Amino acid sequence: MTNQVLLDCRDVWKIYGARAETILQEYDHPDPAALKAAGTIGAVRAANVQIHRGEIFVIMGLSGSGKSTLVRCLSRLVEPTAGSIHFDGMDLLSASAAELIEIRRKKMGMVFQQFALLPHLTVLENVAFPLDVQGVDRKTREARAREVVALVGLEGRENYYPRELSGGQQQRVGIARSLVVEPDLWFLDEPFSALDPLIRREMQDEFMRLQNMLKKTIVFITHDFDEAIRLADRIAVMKDGAIEQIAAPEELVLNAATEYVAEFTRHVSRAKVIRAKTIMSPVTSESFAGEVDWHATIESIADQVEAASGPMRVLKDGETVGQIDKQAVIDVLVGRK
Amino acid sequence: MRRWITWSTGFWVALFAVTWALSSYSFQLYKAFDARWIVRFPKSYELPTESWISALLDWLVDKAHFVVFTFRDLTRAIAAMIELPYQFLRNLLIEGFQSGIGAEAVQIAPSLSWVAVIAVAVLIAHFAKDWRLGALTGICFLYLAVFGQWASAMVTMASVLIAVPIGAVGGLLLGIAAYRSPLIEKCLRPILDLMQTVPVFAYLVPVLILFGFGPVAALVATVIYAMPPMVRVTIVALKAVPEEIKEAGRMVGCTRRQMMWKVLVPSASPALMVGVNQVIMLTLNMVIIASMIGAGGLGFDVLASLRRLDIGGGIEAGLAIVVMAIALDRVSQAFASRGVHEHRNGTFLKRHPWTSTSFAIIAGTLLVGQFMPAVQTYPQDLTITTGPFWTAAIEWINVNFFDAFEAIKLVVLQGLLLPVKKFFTGIPWAWGIIATGLFAWKLAGWRMGLMAMLFMAFISASGLWGKTMVTIYLCGVSVFLASVIGIPLGIWAAERPRAGRVILGLMDTLQTLPSFVYLIPVVMLFRVGDFSAMIAVVLYALAPAVRYAAFGLREVPAHLIEAGRMAGCTPRQILFRIKLPLATPHLLLGLNQTIMLALSMLVITALVGTRDLGQEVYIALTKANAGQGIVAGLCVAFIAIIADRVVHAAADGQRRRLGL
Ligand SMILES: Nc1ncnc2c1ncn2[C@@H]1O[C@H](COP(=O)(O)OP(=O)(O)OP(=O)(O)O)[C@@H](O)[C@H]1O
Ligand SMILES: [Mg+2]
Repeated sequence: MTNQVLLDCRDVWKIYGARAETILQEYDHPDPAALKAAGTIGAVRAANVQIHRGEIFVIMGLSGSGKSTLVRCLSRLVEPTAGSIHFDGMDLLSASAAELIEIRRKKMGMVFQQFALLPHLTVLENVAFPLDVQGVDRKTREARAREVVALVGLEGRENYYPRELSGGQQQRVGIARSLVVEPDLWFLDEPFSALDPLIRREMQDEFMRLQNMLKKTIVFITHDFDEAIRLADRIAVMKDGAIEQIAAPEELVLNAATEYVAEFTRHVSRAKVIRAKTIMSPVTSESFAGEVDWHATIESIADQVEAASGPMRVLKDGETVGQIDKQAVIDVLVGRK
Repeated sequence: MRRWITWSTGFWVALFAVTWALSSYSFQLYKAFDARWIVRFPKSYELPTESWISALLDWLVDKAHFVVFTFRDLTRAIAAMIELPYQFLRNLLIEGFQSGIGAEAVQIAPSLSWVAVIAVAVLIAHFAKDWRLGALTGICFLYLAVFGQWASAMVTMASVLIAVPIGAVGGLLLGIAAYRSPLIEKCLRPILDLMQTVPVFAYLVPVLILFGFGPVAALVATVIYAMPPMVRVTIVALKAVPEEIKEAGRMVGCTRRQMMWKVLVPSASPALMVGVNQVIMLTLNMVIIASMIGAGGLGFDVLASLRRLDIGGGIEAGLAIVVMAIALDRVSQAFASRGVHEHRNGTFLKRHPWTSTSFAIIAGTLLVGQFMPAVQTYPQDLTITTGPFWTAAIEWINVNFFDAFEAIKLVVLQGLLLPVKKFFTGIPWAWGIIATGLFAWKLAGWRMGLMAMLFMAFISASGLWGKTMVTIYLCGVSVFLASVIGIPLGIWAAERPRAGRVILGLMDTLQTLPSFVYLIPVVMLFRVGDFSAMIAVVLYALAPAVRYAAFGLREVPAHLIEAGRMAGCTPRQILFRIKLPLATPHLLLGLNQTIMLALSMLVITALVGTRDLGQEVYIALTKANAGQGIVAGLCVAFIAIIADRVVHAAADGQRRRLGL
């Protein structure tokens, strides 16, 4: 079972400020007020996160809530002030500089909010850059880079420079670069925030397509709840550096653990989150007007159920597990509990 | 708020009144109390700094010993390392390669022909940008050939080609070291600050003593002068690489070295090229000065003509330097803003068409040159000399406008220069120290006030009080005039885009001219003296005043101007009530730059007979008195540091008050 967890992060703190090192010894579990009084900033406070193999783990929160800092702790781009992080069973925080370089070269990839492409390299050279750094010869690395460039749909633009590309295209290059070494763990820090809403949508679809093909383990940051529920298997909500709740999107909306999470999810369209399995009732009817998948969101089946003459059957792997009728769907749509 | 203003105004009025009174009556005071120390720092208390420094240098040259080699060996090794490539370039560009010495010398290979040099220059310019720049560069180089400056120009070119790479690469490496280690940065920073403010002349003397008269000493001095900006630019450029790009480099597993050379330096390269451009311009700026310690070429021609008062020759050689500066400046700027070029595939010829063309032209002219000397060397009888023309033109101006010039000179001297001079030179040294301290304290805090007093005390104790006051007076008047002329020009440039392009373009060109060049016409028209010095300084220091003013006005946020317009301000009110107050921090920084340039130019104007610190340095140079030169140089640097800190503090204070 331990093998299920790829990245295990326990009680991680990141504190900025002159007294960052000593403050944790003075207080056991300082709250933001205590940290502030000491002239420090608690960017990440006592974060516990287990990332499972093959899942999409989304971290969300408002600007400044510590999402980027947490992810940079997980990849050790910033040194956590306290805590432990194990990657694939290995203690990441005690890894030497050389080991760290090796892990990043082979096992981790990252996509950045502002794309972070190298301005002096072409698309192909940018994508091949991680291999170049590893000393792979030009022919091999360019062949591999070409494959990945094709994968993200940028064929024909291999010899463009980043500044000659649109934002969406630049981020495709960023994605290609992070995929070229086939990482086990893939970090994306608000990869689509710098893009227009339309392009963002398109890139999300593109991202889902890639993920269906590649089945990576993903840590994905966003401050956009719609984006989170579209993509996430599980969501962690952060506030002032602390994780408020970790749960599946539906769970988060239906059973908010704290006031803050409830407030955060209040304006989310529930139909997009709630799935058939949650509102189905035990089978009572003899005949059904049709059938829906138990994992489908209400939004996607609403028209179908409404148009039907009677209740519909809910199927799980071909077996009937319940039924769903108009009333239930309407309750969700108008937000009745 | 109101109370603060009155208190502050009162302070300034009182400080000025006391200073003025003491300055006016210092002589009477001295007579009344029979205390000569009031006007003159007592000789017996003067610090023998000069002789200490001279002794230290003597010791270095004669005795210093590092385990296995002496200091002499070290300087000789450096000299040899510079001499070798320099001689090679001289052979390549002008002298040709020979074996044997003296009468038995056998020519092995000729130098590059003038045609080849021009062609290569044009191709490089084209490679950097386009054919238009190529044409400009071609014309500039052709000018050198046609007007008979070729030989000197190529000697200068050889030293530029040595000094620039050393300065750029050295600066880059030092900058990288400082970027990597905060400790190194901490050590470098004050040195860089000092280097920027110490006049070049001050270290010409020690360089002369360590390396002897000749091109090597000149190159060493040039590199010392041209390198500091590159170090600064490198540090800033590396720090400015976006954090995400650095993180991207770390995430793909770059080692420290890969990080530096594959990520940071290439990402920062446009900014780094700006530094290289600075190195080039400073190198050219040094051309004339360096000829005082043995650089030949155009600089030597200018200097020799100036000394002979050969007007035509001076202008001709000076123009040649200007032309070279323009070509090199434009080409290096084009490299800085040049995007990355497209990739070519195929054979070497296909991939590098321009390199191949260059080699073809070089080989071709080499062959043809054997039979047609005109291809090898530009024919003597086709050169045009403009010397007599310039001499005649200046003479004509002098004959016809002598009275007008004299009148202007007299008015400015009587009305402005002399009263200010009297005021500054009259200030008794003891009060001068206190007044400077108060001045700096009020604007930049007590720490700076204390430092200013220490600096001024050092100056008095070195026996240079009088000359320092002359320096401050000349600098002050020049900066005042440069601001009075420059700021309105800057405002004009900012308000009227079309005029702005012309004005700012002109300022760009003015800045590419080596400082020395300003002296030539001024001396021709006004002869030697404070007035000529002032005009040259004003011309040289004008550019930053204009530029910062224009920049500051343009930076004023658009929504504030809109708010003003909506409140019904007239354009005049918008300018005076909104734009100018908000632009004051920029105006102050422009003032700072103007002061720095004025101080550096003042040292050069010593050649036209001012009696300030510049003259002191210049005398030291002619007597090869290192101690005297360095002490006077330090005094200039101290004034510059005080001015720099105080103006910066004022700008910061203003910015805070405006909430920017
Ligand atoms: N290098 C640093 N020094 C000091 N404080 C920092 C540093 N980096 C981050 N912080 C602080 O840590 C907190 C969390 O920052 P972080 O960048 O992780 O937020 P974020 O959730 O990613 O926000 P955004 O959505 O804007 O990217 C912020 O208050 C920030 O000011
Ligand atoms: Mg962030």
